[in-house]
Amino acid sequence: MAALVELRDVVKHFPVTRSLSELVRGAHPAVRALDGVTFDVGDGDAVAIVGESGCGKTTLGRLMLKLVEPTGGAISFAGAPMAEITGEKLRAFRRQAQLVFQNPFDALNPRFTIYRAVVEPLINAGIDKAEHADRVASAFRRVHLADFDRYYDRYPHQLSGGQLQRVVMARALVLGPRFLVADEPVSMLDVSVRAGILALLREVRETMGLTAVYISHDLALVRYLCERTLVMYLGRVVEDAPTEEIVRRPRHPYTQALVAAVPVPDPDQSRAPLPIKGNVPDAREPPSGCSFRDRCPHAMPRCATETPALKPVAGGHQVACHLDTPTSP
Amino acid sequence: MILEVDKLQIHYSTRSGVARAVDGASFVVPEGRIVGLVGESGCGKTTAVRAIMGVLAENGRQAGGRVVFKGQTMDEATTRRLRWRDIAYVPQSAMSSLDPVYTVGSQLVEVLTKRGTHSRASARARSAELFDLVGLSERRLADYPHQFSGGMRQRAAIAMALALEPSLLLADEPVTALDVIVQRQILDVLRSLQQRLHLSMVLVTHDISVVAYLCDEVVVMYAGQVVESGPVREVLARPRHPYTMGLRNAFPDLLSDALELVPIAGSPPDLSEPLSGCRFVPRCPFAQPACSIDSVVTGSDGHRSACRRDAEADTIRTAALDPRTWQRSSSFAMS
Repeated sequence: MAALVELRDVVKHFPVTRSLSELVRGAHPAVRALDGVTFDVGDGDAVAIVGESGCGKTTLGRLMLKLVEPTGGAISFAGAPMAEITGEKLRAFRRQAQLVFQNPFDALNPRFTIYRAVVEPLINAGIDKAEHADRVASAFRRVHLADFDRYYDRYPHQLSGGQLQRVVMARALVLGPRFLVADEPVSMLDVSVRAGILALLREVRETMGLTAVYISHDLALVRYLCERTLVMYLGRVVEDAPTEEIVRRPRHPYTQALVAAVPVPDPDQSRAPLPIKGNVPDAREPPSGCSFRDRCPHAMPRCATETPALKPVAGGHQVACHLDTPTSP
Repeated sequence: MILEVDKLQIHYSTRSGVARAVDGASFVVPEGRIVGLVGESGCGKTTAVRAIMGVLAENGRQAGGRVVFKGQTMDEATTRRLRWRDIAYVPQSAMSSLDPVYTVGSQLVEVLTKRGTHSRASARARSAELFDLVGLSERRLADYPHQFSGGMRQRAAIAMALALEPSLLLADEPVTALDVIVQRQILDVLRSLQQRLHLSMVLVTHDISVVAYLCDEVVVMYAGQVVESGPVREVLARPRHPYTMGLRNAFPDLLSDALELVPIAGSPPDLSEPLSGCRFVPRCPFAQPACSIDSVVTGSDGHRSACRRDAEADTIRTAALDPRTWQRSSSFAMS
């Protein structure tokens, strides 16, 4: 299947405040939020990007929506280089690519009624006013907000978290996008509500034929949404595989630690002790070579000098680890 | 029993009337055990621990019931005397128990000298000991809270709570905002503290997998009441109340073969309205007319359920596993 979004060796650096000694030395320190990321998102696929805070997953989502520009590398959408999407093309792209925010309580303007919140994208896109009411109504139907028109005049604070998240989704869907980036779409919601929103995400993706990227720190949730998962660590993709492979047969030592750390609701499942120690290092000064090596139980001398590349190990399964790539002759 | 909560009633006065946030909740904490208090937002779990700690919001008051700590019924004076010394609290956001303008070490020394009986020298030694206990390096005592990562702040908040050697620790969502690996490290710290210091703990969480990992006992709350309680293994493997069964089905499980999560339709009731009978009735697929009249607590061996149909719990549990059981109202009513 053709790729809808292609990323080639994408790099994103954010400048950070310089200390006095750095000013004197003329140094320009930067956080390497993304450090050479390459992958494709197939048309119609659902791909998860998983990792801890600060691994670059949110930056990656923003780059795919052209909300920030890469420092290096190339991204393309439907065959067109992202860098050339400007002017009228950018307006068209904005209609096709939408973001579902992490926190529904922050995502809506508290002074806008929910009708205003959902009609806003139609106004911005210059859609004929005569179509507004119908398109808003159909977006609300898609997210199963029954009898919604009675609530058009309500304000965000009058709705529950689950209802708000449905409004946020209606707003993302109202322009009929083909690409959706959802950043932790359910992390702020109660369990019982969360299950309903996950089912809805799955349903709209199938009925509207959407391509979706879900950004999450929660492997257990991702299993219910995405066939494929990318695991990130300090700005790099360390493993890319079908989600069930990631969960059942993780190969990268970091992925193994992530899987071991996820708590399960069954007290009879004893969990293995964490195979790694310590914390994610400072992104301003990542270790040389493999950035995971100082926490890795299998680190070898080679890991300090040579950054492992993402390489295929089995059908659709790629890993960036020297354990999986024998020394070249 | 180190703590007994007996028919506790906590009312908040609000503009729209009195909200009965905790409405007759009873549970016990056995000495040296970790008890998980679970339920959805607004079920009263945070209010219950804040009441035990005596730190309710201004518009909240204890309207009935009692809290018995080590055999002594708590009133305002005893709560003030025991707070932090014998009962300590780790709040939801670690940042709110740390002052941003002082180093973490000086805050620990302050607690140890002002509230405890330490000299400054012994307080410094004790601070280092506390940091070691929660897995923080001694040299980080000189750091300010903003220099700590989320996980380190949580460790510091736990060290602060343990400063005066309490016997009961109340922790409100101590790992909720943390990444899984950090979360696991904090849970392991809590477990080692329980074992090394013989601490008793109440852990408030919405996450039943955290309960499964750490807790010995679990208390499930719904709409201000306890609907089920008992040993974790019993309650999570063989839930007897339909609400617990629903929560279990709605919860993602990394190791299960089922690839569908089943939501509980509807939302919890408005606690400022007068309510009678079992409060889960409007969302319960197994409710019968009698359920709306009253509820009864039954059970033995420490596993108790507030379901009238408890005698049929095994049949109900089987039916609850079928997602179709819960699909009575698939559309989402906005009311």
